[in-house]
Amino acid sequence: MPLSGQLSRRQRARIFRGAQYGVLVVAVAVFALVADWHQLRTAFFDVEIAKAMFPDIITTALVNTVLYTLLGFGFGLALGLVLALMRLSSVPPYRWIAITYIEFFRGIPALLVFIALGFGVPLAFEVALDMNITVMLSLGLVGAAYMAETIRAGIQAVPKGQMEAARSLGMSHGRAMVSIVIPQAFRIVLPPLTNELILLTKDSSLVYLLGLSLTQVELANFGRDALNEHKSLTPILVAGLLYLVITVPLGQLVRRLEARTAKAR
Amino acid sequence: MKPEQDGKAIDVQGLHKSFGALEVLRGIDFSVARGEVVCVIGPSGSGKSTLLRCVNLLEEPSAGRVTVAGTEVTDPDVDIDRVRRRIGMVFQAFNLFPHLTALENLTIAQRRVLGRGRAEAERTARAHLERVGLGDKAAAYPAQLSGGQQQRVAIARALSMDPELMLFDEPTSALDPELVGDVLAVMRSLARDGMTMLVVTHEMSFAREVADRVVFMDGGVIVEEGTPEQVVGAPRHERTRAFLARVLDPAAAEVGEADEVP
Ligand SMILES: Nc1ncnc2c1ncn2[C@@H]1O[C@H](COP(=O)(O)OP(=O)(O)OP(=O)(O)O)[C@@H](O)[C@H]1O
Ligand SMILES: [Mg+2]
Repeated sequence: MPLSGQLSRRQRARIFRGAQYGVLVVAVAVFALVADWHQLRTAFFDVEIAKAMFPDIITTALVNTVLYTLLGFGFGLALGLVLALMRLSSVPPYRWIAITYIEFFRGIPALLVFIALGFGVPLAFEVALDMNITVMLSLGLVGAAYMAETIRAGIQAVPKGQMEAARSLGMSHGRAMVSIVIPQAFRIVLPPLTNELILLTKDSSLVYLLGLSLTQVELANFGRDALNEHKSLTPILVAGLLYLVITVPLGQLVRRLEARTAKAR
Repeated sequence: MKPEQDGKAIDVQGLHKSFGALEVLRGIDFSVARGEVVCVIGPSGSGKSTLLRCVNLLEEPSAGRVTVAGTEVTDPDVDIDRVRRRIGMVFQAFNLFPHLTALENLTIAQRRVLGRGRAEAERTARAHLERVGLGDKAAAYPAQLSGGQQQRVAIARALSMDPELMLFDEPTSALDPELVGDVLAVMRSLARDGMTMLVVTHEMSFAREVADRVVFMDGGVIVEEGTPEQVVGAPRHERTRAFLARVLDPAAAEVGEADEVP
């Protein structure tokens, strides 16, 4: 109860919000006064250096990042679907294989897989894997482990009545899976799969390990080379912004898809 | 229709079904003749759905024989997909495929299972949608339809496979009262056209009017069966009378008298 002399709830809320803005303004002002703007500008926002990176950073690096990501995602999705179906199989050995695979590849760093496929396999088996194949396998093998669990959860989220209705129309188990259950499962898992695509976009930077030729460089590598050349952080900032050009719209897409699923329920 | 040796659409003998330690069906013997409409009534948990689901093998019987139109479905070597094509099933929860339009719900099994071409499948589908009064809803997705409309699409979907008999598991229980009539009307017209129907229902007026025979189940056994006049009008068993009293006048039930009122 507001007694005389005390503040009402609304007044207190207004003062509290005012104080939060006040702290923010002071912090920005202090930073603006203390910072060495000239040095910051040459380190991060050197327009000349940034300009020199174009158009190659788009036509080569960005394109390669997208290419590597899609190769890994495509392979990972296909393998992930197979693993998810194995994980749900009524034949125990299939389940064991899938579980072991998933635990293994979720538990080790992706970096290790890149090293194994990029250096280990060529040395041990004396074969030279094509660069794109190496990237596709490395990103896909790890991504598949995560996607398998996502897809399995999606398949299990499809109501049991769907399979029963399909079977009672005379469809075989496999036909019902392909025509009825899996299409619905993919709708359910579209948002988490898009998240996986975002993670893979970032993980594609791991190919820098493999030593890339000029036409093979992707964003992280391109930024790093330009950093060495110009002794400035500007290239890293530009490369970072270009990752955001890919990942932020994907993130928005995830939110839109999630809203759509929420509405359909 | 193919001539069958004994004219029976469904024949069930010594059917038992257990889920773990729970014995749900405890020896069921009964049959449905071709063209006959049989309604199954009984309290919740008495095993009505399980009986229905044993007929098309959605549940595997623990013991006993089930024969549908001359084919023993409990034979381990039976091609169950082939048998199920001949048995239409309608569920309480409709179970339409939500990612497909009404028309596609009706065509997918025709095309994938019966191997019909698109044109033929669509022609059949439209005819059946028309028949259930939804000719204008071919392009609608299930989520855009009312419960009553969804259930009628589900019936049309089953009919599109040209089944020899139809199983209905409480087709109107999930519907708002004002939508029940449309679904029952479709079922009534099916019965009139001579379809063999096995219907689990709590709609006593439907059972009285349409059924050739009413079966009352309780505790996993058939307690009594006969014409609607006999079973619904003048039940011989105390359990049947108690059940009918609760169904026909739910408000009269006392707490503790019945564990569940349907
Ligand atoms: N898959 C299952 N696993 C375990 N128990 C089950 C399963 N299906 C059914 N039951 C049990 O079997 C019993 C009979 O179920 P059933 O669905 O056949 O009854 P019902 O007569 O159709 O009842 P209702 O009118 O509520 O639909 C219930 O006790 C139920 O809990
Ligand atoms: Mg039931």
